[in-house]
Amino acid sequence: MKILYFAWLRQRIGVAAEEFDLPADVTTIDDLVGYLTAKGPGYAKGFAEPQVIRAAVNYEYVPFDHKLSNNDEVAFFPPVTGG
Amino acid sequence: MIKVQQEDFDVSAELAALAAGNHGIGGIVSFVGLVRDLVGPDNAEPALRAMTLEHYPAMTEKKLGDIEAQANARWPLEASLIIHRYGRLEPGAQIVLVACAAAHRQDAFDSCNFLMDWLKTEAPFWKLEETEAGEDWVDSRASDDAAAARWQAKPDRAAE
Repeated sequence: MKILYFAWLRQRIGVAAEEFDLPADVTTIDDLVGYLTAKGPGYAKGFAEPQVIRAAVNYEYVPFDHKLSNNDEVAFFPPVTGG
Repeated sequence: MIKVQQEDFDVSAELAALAAGNHGIGGIVSFVGLVRDLVGPDNAEPALRAMTLEHYPAMTEKKLGDIEAQANARWPLEASLIIHRYGRLEPGAQIVLVACAAAHRQDAFDSCNFLMDWLKTEAPFWKLEETEAGEDWVDSRASDDAAAARWQAKPDRAAE
């Protein structure tokens, strides 16, 4: 799966995008956040307040109980501030 | 029509192109968003040097297209246009243009308002402010969420 990060989340994690196979015990966005948080201090800092992070799968907003598949493009980002 | 671009836009040329050849259009309502300096009358905030807009290109195209389709489903529009810029913009620069053309003005006003409200809460853009004090990401505003939510609570004019 492909994972993208934007704005301050990207800065804290230190990468804009990464690709890896979905681990067997990760089935939802919530699981993925838990998995990523354990990957390193930048991730832990980025996901320290998961309730403020928004998630998108294949360009649509999804709730954190959304089920993932290995072909998904997942994005995590702070609340949007365009316009 | 959706345009996501770095370059500036010419509002009058865009509006002329939007209306060209369609004499069923009775009016166009447009909104232009600008980069606003933070400095208030009391000089409480450091001066803004620039604002950098980051976005998620594939999702931006999709969400703006979805939002425009919703507006067209809800109001009888003859034409609509969203232009959103990204990259580094200085105070006074144009960021966004939303224009809605309809036979009657109320549909144009309402749909333009709707598009701006939804764009602010749905389109994946993020603003990084650059001031004398350093860089900081702009926080989202609860008032923007409330502005978007009122379109869910309120029946549209056609249903009234």
